[in-house]
Amino acid sequence: MKYLCLVYLDEQNLHSIRDSECKACGDALRQNGHHLAAEALQPIHTATTVRVRNGRMSVTDGPFAETKEQLAGFYLVDARDLNEAIQLAAKIPPARVGSIEVRPVRELSV
Amino acid sequence: MTINGDSAQHVRDAANAIYRAESRRVFATLVRLLGDFDLAEEALHDAFRAALEQWPRDGIPANPRAWLVSAGRFKAIDGIRRHARFDSIEEHIEHVESVIDESATADSEAIEDDRLRLIFTCCHPALAADAQVALTLREVCGLTTEEIAQAFLSTPPTLAQRIVRAKSKIRDARIPYQVPEAHELAERLGSVLRVIYLVFNEGYSASSGQSLTRVDLSGEAIRLGRLLVALLPEPEAIGLLALMLLQESRRAARTSPTGALVLLNEQDRSLWNRDQITEGSALVEQALAGRRAGPYALQAALAAVHANAPSTEATDWDEIVGLYDVLLRVEPSPVVELNRAVAVAMRDGPEAGLAVIDAILDRGDLDDYHLAHAARADLCRRLGRVSQARASYERAIALARQAPERQFLERRLAELAD
Repeated sequence: MKYLCLVYLDEQNLHSIRDSECKACGDALRQNGHHLAAEALQPIHTATTVRVRNGRMSVTDGPFAETKEQLAGFYLVDARDLNEAIQLAAKIPPARVGSIEVRPVRELSV
Repeated sequence: MTINGDSAQHVRDAANAIYRAESRRVFATLVRLLGDFDLAEEALHDAFRAALEQWPRDGIPANPRAWLVSAGRFKAIDGIRRHARFDSIEEHIEHVESVIDESATADSEAIEDDRLRLIFTCCHPALAADAQVALTLREVCGLTTEEIAQAFLSTPPTLAQRIVRAKSKIRDARIPYQVPEAHELAERLGSVLRVIYLVFNEGYSASSGQSLTRVDLSGEAIRLGRLLVALLPEPEAIGLLALMLLQESRRAARTSPTGALVLLNEQDRSLWNRDQITEGSALVEQALAGRRAGPYALQAALAAVHANAPSTEATDWDEIVGLYDVLLRVEPSPVVELNRAVAVAMRDGPEAGLAVIDAILDRGDLDDYHLAHAARADLCRRLGRVSQARASYERAIALARQAPERQFLERRLAELAD
């Protein structure tokens, strides 16, 4: 089953984990076969939110929800079940300073 | 062979008794075999309906539990096949095959493990805390949604929704039906123990409202504690069972006939339940036998010192202070510090205790905790510092949430000399 591990960090902690450590985490996931995708994101001042209402598009500056912790990156992992996904999430370096939200991926029913 | 009416009734009574004794075990196994709580619940009911039809005719099977598991599984497979016509066929065929595959694993050891799997799944930390409690009472203890709602002063629809949400999270996020591996066990067990103790405390001292104690929930928690110790005799599980038994042993002495709160030092110790104290004390020994004592075992040890003391004066307060010191090292908490301060007052006099309590309050940690002010008031009263005592009682009364506690404090305040 696929799980999306969303990395949330306080703005001031965005750079508290070295990139080399994040890369090592991705490499480790790749080696043990759990890695599907992983990216770090630009800070939220670069975010744009798009909505379409009644056929009209509106574009606003900023993330969907302004919160103290912001989405800083993600890992898409393949895990047997939630317990394994939690174990993998705990090894993501920013877990030490921020939070990792673990979301199971829903297969589209088509 | 036909069985006459009387013995058919006899078989039905026996079947009902078997159902009461075995239904949660059978359910736990069906969850594993079917991989879904709702399917398992439905299968359990179908199996029991089949038993009521067939047992009066054919006699009670040699192993009713295995019979019910097997009947439940076949009913579920039937059901899945019927639904498969309307739903996505491949998915369901795959499901049916996986159910059939595992049919060989219904031996008795696997079934005992299933009960443990069920407990750990219901108490999974990925579920909301109140959902863990509701799900455990529903699925492990077999309480109805109405019973749980009543016990927690909630409404059945709220409780039902909480349970439905928890079950869909188990299914959709794929929370596995398993006993945690050794490296996760301590943490996951902590979550199970927390749920059991929460249920116990909800029964022992209702968090708000008039009634101070609710017998049913405490009894359920002790039953759960016994089941857990039987399945997984870890020191902290034993410690929790001991703690609950020792606290429960004081139930009859804890409230006056009018429902007023009676403090430990004023309780009629002849009302304490000796059987529970004996059992609890023996379990404390067992829980402390290991290398490192955990918080539940230490709290149980404290309760055992009180339970075995003939009076407040003849209590081994030195031992109590020592146990609090150890507990503070294992699990630092201002509430434990407060309890230790009260024990210090008993050992070294009210002045010594007051100094410790004031130091805790000065830090601001327990400023909103009514019992901290109540304890301070009591020590001031004993030292003859009436105006300080009055101020602290008033603060405690303002913060107390339970009616009996408030009434107790108001009585104390009224008794203060001018």
